[in-house]
Amino acid sequence: MEIDIKKPILDRNERLAAENRSRFDENGVYVLDLMASPGAGKTSTILATIEALRDRYNIAVIEGDIASDVDAQKISAQGIPAVQINTGGACHLESDMIQRAIDTLDLAELDLIIVENVGNLVCPTEFYLGEDAKVMILSVPEGHDKPYKYPNIFALAEAVILNKYDTVSMFDFNEDEFRAVVKSLNPHAPVFAVSATKGEGVEAWTDWLSGRIEDARAQATRA
Amino acid sequence: MHEMGIVQSILSASVEAAEKEGATKINEIRISVGDLTEIVEFALQFAFEALSPGTIAEGGTLTVNHVGASARCADCSTEFEHGRFEVQCPQCGSIATIPLTGRELTIDAIDIDEDESPDEESANPE
Ligand SMILES: Nc1nc2c(ncn2[C@@H]2O[C@H](COP(=O)(O)OP(=O)(O)O)[C@@H](O)[C@H]2O)c(=O)[nH]1
Ligand SMILES: [Mg+2]
Ligand SMILES: [Zn+2]
Ligand SMILES: [Zn+2]
Repeated sequence: MEIDIKKPILDRNERLAAENRSRFDENGVYVLDLMASPGAGKTSTILATIEALRDRYNIAVIEGDIASDVDAQKISAQGIPAVQINTGGACHLESDMIQRAIDTLDLAELDLIIVENVGNLVCPTEFYLGEDAKVMILSVPEGHDKPYKYPNIFALAEAVILNKYDTVSMFDFNEDEFRAVVKSLNPHAPVFAVSATKGEGVEAWTDWLSGRIEDARAQATRA
Repeated sequence: MHEMGIVQSILSASVEAAEKEGATKINEIRISVGDLTEIVEFALQFAFEALSPGTIAEGGTLTVNHVGASARCADCSTEFEHGRFEVQCPQCGSIATIPLTGRELTIDAIDIDEDESPDEESANPE
């Protein structure tokens, strides 16, 4: 006998993500999900973003790593609330982990939560966490041809950060080709060339981000 | 790489639905997977073989329906199929396109045996 099911496989994740989303909406918190390979510069970009926006917004960070809390410690050292999630081997964050993390944060006090997803270019795209935007970081040493190999993450990001731009002359990185492929995959996403640890290019990125935060607020007050 | 978790979700949803019908065996689980997801069928099958033993889906099959990517142009309304790297409208070149298919990840249906089906008779071998 055949039984119709017609149900999303990631039903539970989607449901919990929607719950997270409504809590973010109730508290007026903008949530960014940062995705990249290990070592691309997620933590460095978060630190640079905090420095640029901390006077304007109350920020918290959720750090996803397979193990350890070294990244959360780096954020806490800046006086910014940081929650470490250890996935214990899982290759991506899921919405139940975010739910537990935000239970420990004072959402009413926050304007922006930055989530550092597990270093992985494959599956974080599959899991909605309740965020406003997913943003992808590629670092120059990874090569300009990465979008051919991992198209999905470039296709689904709302913006792409090209980090470690200070090293661009040391690597055979074809920036024109990189921008063209990203454009073919995702015509709307801006690409920001940034050196997170040196501060160059960070302003264009944080201007874009604060623009998105203000847009979300304007939309919320209209609703 | 996270296909284990995906298959775990597929199995628990299928077993729950099957047991509600009083099933003793799941013969087949049919799912749809869009071409724009990062799901690898080989890894799904591998995970299914690893995780189904001990459940009522043991010995059953996992059938994957692959769904191609398509979109509609917001400017000229043309609907078109596309690959990962060509989301522009083939008609007018617009980049304002609305995704239609390709991101599916759903359990469509299951095929079950209800309890006490008397099929103990051995099937004729060839
Ligand atoms: N030259 C250079 N190095 C960077 C830059 N951003 C990050 N790094 C270095 O890359 C390494 C990994 O950075 P991290 O932020 O921890 O990456 P994550 O694993 O993605 O969080 C560290 O040694 C950083 O100092 C950059 O813009 N330029
Ligand atoms: Mg990090
Ligand atoms: Zn994963
Ligand atoms: Zn068109």
